[in-house]
Formats: sequence, C-alpha cells, structure tokens
Amino acid sequence: MLYRTSGQFKTTYRSDQALFPIRQDAILLGLILIFAWAILPFTASEFAFQTLLIPVLIYALAATGLNILTGYAGQLSLGTGAFMGVGAYACYKMITIFPEMNLLVAVLASGLFSAAVGVMFGLPSLRIKGFYLAIATLAAQFFLIWLFEKWAWLYNYNASGAIQVPNVEIFGVHFAGPLATSQAQYYFVLVVVTLLTLVAINLTRGNLGRSWKAVRDMDIAAELIGINLLKAKLTAFAVSSYIVGVAGALFVFSWRGAAEPNLFDIELSFRVLFIAIIGGLGSILGNWLGAILIVALPVVLNTVPEVFGLDIKSATVEHINVMIVGALIVFFLIVEPHGLARLWALIREKLIHWPFPY
Amino acid sequence: MNEVPIEAFTTEDGRQIGGVLMEMRHITLRFGGVTAIQDISFDIREGEVRAIIGPNGAGKSSMLNVINGFYHPQEGEIWFRGEKRPTMKPYDVAKQGIARTFQNIALFKGMSTLDNIMTGRNTMMKAGLFSQALWWGKAEQEEMWHREQVEKVIDFLEIQHIRKTPVGKLPYGLQKRVELGRALAAEPKLLLLDEPMAGMNVEEKEDMSRFILDVNDEFGTTIALIEHDMGVVMDISDRVVVMDYGKKIGDGTPDEVRNNPDVIDAYLGVAHD
Repeated sequence: MLYRTSGQFKTTYRSDQALFPIRQDAILLGLILIFAWAILPFTASEFAFQTLLIPVLIYALAATGLNILTGYAGQLSLGTGAFMGVGAYACYKMITIFPEMNLLVAVLASGLFSAAVGVMFGLPSLRIKGFYLAIATLAAQFFLIWLFEKWAWLYNYNASGAIQVPNVEIFGVHFAGPLATSQAQYYFVLVVVTLLTLVAINLTRGNLGRSWKAVRDMDIAAELIGINLLKAKLTAFAVSSYIVGVAGALFVFSWRGAAEPNLFDIELSFRVLFIAIIGGLGSILGNWLGAILIVALPVVLNTVPEVFGLDIKSATVEHINVMIVGALIVFFLIVEPHGLARLWALIREKLIHWPFPY
Repeated sequence: MNEVPIEAFTTEDGRQIGGVLMEMRHITLRFGGVTAIQDISFDIREGEVRAIIGPNGAGKSSMLNVINGFYHPQEGEIWFRGEKRPTMKPYDVAKQGIARTFQNIALFKGMSTLDNIMTGRNTMMKAGLFSQALWWGKAEQEEMWHREQVEKVIDFLEIQHIRKTPVGKLPYGLQKRVELGRALAAEPKLLLLDEPMAGMNVEEKEDMSRFILDVNDEFGTTIALIEHDMGVVMDISDRVVVMDYGKKIGDGTPDEVRNNPDVIDAYLGVAHD
C-alpha cells in the first residue's frame, strides 16, 4: 500500500526519465541520505566508523566501478585490486610531491592514472572475451603488484616498502593521516562516493550505458547498428578503472592509513567481485547491498555470539565467515544470478501491488 | 564507369521509385575454398521494396552481410548513393544510413523495449562524457529529443504497452517487431530485413507485412528483404533477385521471376531426361 504507484501520472518524457520516476523510491532514498549525512556521523561509534561505515562506502564504490565493466559492459575483470592500487599509489605520489594539493582534487585525479592503466590492459578486450580476457586482467593484477613492490620511487624509497598516509588538511580540518578523526574521514568518503555514484547512475542510463549493455548482450548486433565496439569497451574500461582507482585512493587515505603492495592482492580483487556478484551484476543498488553484506557479516558474526554469552574463538569466527560467504556466492549463482538487487526488485514489485495479488 | 541514370517513375499504387540507391557490381565472396557469392550484380532503387530469395545456403544472408560491411568481398564494388564505398567497418556503414534486422533475433535481452529502440539512435547522439555523467545540458536535451522520436516509432509499431518490459520476456512476434523498431529508429535510408517473417503464424505475418509496407509508404524507406514465404514476397516486393548456390539466377518483377525457367528449376528441381 505504501508503494502504490497508481495516480502518479507522467505528462512529460522528462518526468518519466527522471532519476526516480516513482515517488516512493525518491522518498526512501531521501531518508537514507538524511540518515547517512546527518544522523549516522553524529551517533556512530569509532568502532562503527572504522569497521562498518567507511569500508561499506569504499567497497560499494569499488564494486560500482567493477560492475560498470563486468555487469554493464560484460567484460570480466580480475584486476580490480591492482587498479585500486594504482589509484592509491598515484594519490600518494601526488600528495607527497605536492603537499599543498587539495585532497579532494588529488583523490579525483588519482582515478585518471588508473583509468589510463585500465585502458591499456583493456586493449586486448577487442580480440578476446570471457575467460581469456579474465586471464589478461589477471596478468595486470600480478604485474602491477610486482611493480608496486619493485619500483621504489612509488613508495618514496621507504625502508619498509609500504606507503604511509601523511597528514592532509583542507581548510584546517584533517581529512587524512594519523590526525584525522573518523568523522572527518567518513564525510570525505561520503562526498566522493555520493558524487561518483550519481555519475555512475547517469552514465549507465544514458547513451553510453546503452552502448555498454548492447555490447554485453549481443556484440555483433551492436556493431551492426553503429556502435564502435572498441570505443564502447575502452570507455567501459576507462570509467570502471577511474572509479575503482578513486576507491583505491580512498581505501588507503581515508581508511587504512598505510598500505603494502600485498594489500592490493588478488584477494581484494575477488572480494570486490564477490560484492558485485552477490549484490547483482548490472545494478548500481546491488553494489551497496553486496558491500553491506560482505562488510557487516564478519562484524555480526563476531558480536552475536558474545551477546548470547557464547565463547567462540576469533579464528573460528573467521572460518565461519569464509564458509558463509562461499555458500552465499554458490547460492546466489544458482538461485538468483542477478543478486540482492533482483531480490529487492521482486519485493518492490510485490509491494506496489500489495495487498492485491495483481 | 558512367551509368545511364535511370529515370524515376511512379508505381501503380502511387509510390515514387527514384534512381539507384545502392549497386552491387560483380561481388564475389569466398570463405577459404567455399565461394559463398559468385559474381553477383544487382541494384536497389530508391523507394522500392527489393526482395532477395533463394533456397537455403544460396548466400542471401551473406549478401546482406556484405551490404552491411560485416563481410568484405574479395572482388567487386559496392556503390552507395552514387559513390563507390571503400572497405568500411560495420559501424561506419550504419552511420551512412543502413540499418537491419536479423534472421535470429538479435535484441539486447537485458534491456527494455524502450532502451533497445533508443540504442538504434546511438549514431545520432553526440553528447560528451561529462555531459552524460552529470545528465546535464546537451546529454539531457538529446535524451529527451530522441525519446520523443523513439515514441513515434513505438506508436507506429503499436508496442506502447511493452515499452518498459525487458525484451527477453516478450513473445517471439513482438520481439521481431521491437527489432524492426530498433532499425527504424535509426531513420535509415536503406533498411535490410533478414527473414522478418520467419517462424510467424499467418496473422503475425500479415501484421509484419503491413508494417513493412507502411514503412516504405510513409517514410519512403528503401527496403531490401530476404524471405522464404513466396506468397509474401510476391505480394509486397517491387523487384526480386533470385540466388542459388551463390549465383544470381533471376532478377526482375515478381511476375517475371515467377515465370523464369531457371528459378522454377532451382525451386522445384530439374527433370532429368
């Protein structure tokens, strides 16, 4: 009843193609935004910021980037972790070379570097598809990690081989580095993530997004109706790697505070891929649902037994977490290949008609 | 090579047939040792409905793929609108104003009807990445303008009710219609239809024939089509090319083709005596 759409008539194509043509969607999103911008930052604990809120935002952004490439353009990539690394190292180098640089500018610019690297590794995609392309991106993954380890200039010749985030302030407020508060970090991430999510939504519903989906669904037909496959695939690689790179910069600057090359290992690539798959390929909302699930699951598993007074070792919790995530992935691949986003779509469809059967 | 310009004329039912729009000259296409098309020449004139018929494996679809720029013939020339066409990528051919539908439906299954047809207009959309990313300025204006044009196609094909339905869920006949819509949205000068009525029942065939004739009549679109249903072909086409084993065995009006002994042989077999 709450979701009833009858009576909402569209009189212009503009209103029909608005971001949220259904009023209830807009209201729901508005509430979530108010919650995220005005309520959470002042009520969340330090623990919640660091283990839930900030990682959910960053992982959702990284998954959005991957989803554009894999879910929308249909090009499988296993190099997400390394592309995040490119963004992180680019941001680190810019901030250490130009300490006066605005952090927001640096983070947004660092995506450009990963976009360039992404396009380079995306070039084979015109010739190879599916598994073979996945192997090509896997090569990117291993090559870039190797580069992060061996090219000492990247980490400013630190003896540890790791990068340390320096203190960065904008208008006197520390947004990154040891002096930054969790609240400031959260707001910074929220600004970037909100902006890029909006960009991702707009791109995927416009002409570029349609050409991506056309390439994904039927590449021969796409070419014959006038889509340049190379251009479509490379823009997908560029936009995807850009977003992934920005997520990588945030990952280090606004959350981890320091990074070694192996942080961007294949494990990170897989984690982001799992988020995209569980959330739903070809959906922006799915990335958020997937990120919330993957990030929150270990936290819930850690705290719930305590509440019930059960004494479970943290190693056991870790094992259970891995098992549940693995089972979930198999479950979703079999039962609902379109992920949590499709589940929500089905619920929403039912809600629109409820309490009538149709 | 200077062709004598063929004069425009008006058909019995009052349609304008203009000069030569596309001409295939001595096209030969080989795949390794197999010759799919052998030394075929024919022309397509502005405003006509031109049918290509022939038994299975005659090379009809290959011919459409040559026109499309998907296959590049080893020999021969393709002339389009009075100019010799260089070897082109399919997406450049599409930009020249040649659209097509496919024998096996080739819709974008994950997208709605509306999005599929909107994709047909991709060659006309020019907004840059930034404008699209912000949904502002040119990108938004373009989106609205093209939506209006697409709605005209949707009205024309009477598929308003499935506008927002993912095409994967539609029945076969409607999918064929959406595919025609996607091709029409490109406002083509030459529309290629590869078996538009394959697998349809009589009623659906009648609907589709009506749409094809309406497109030709209302928009003056030149149509080249491949079809196996002889009744339909003879009824709706102005001229017919007949192919068999990669060779052209007949060319002319439906009546001429119907009485051509080679064509009768190809379809009914030759009496060996």
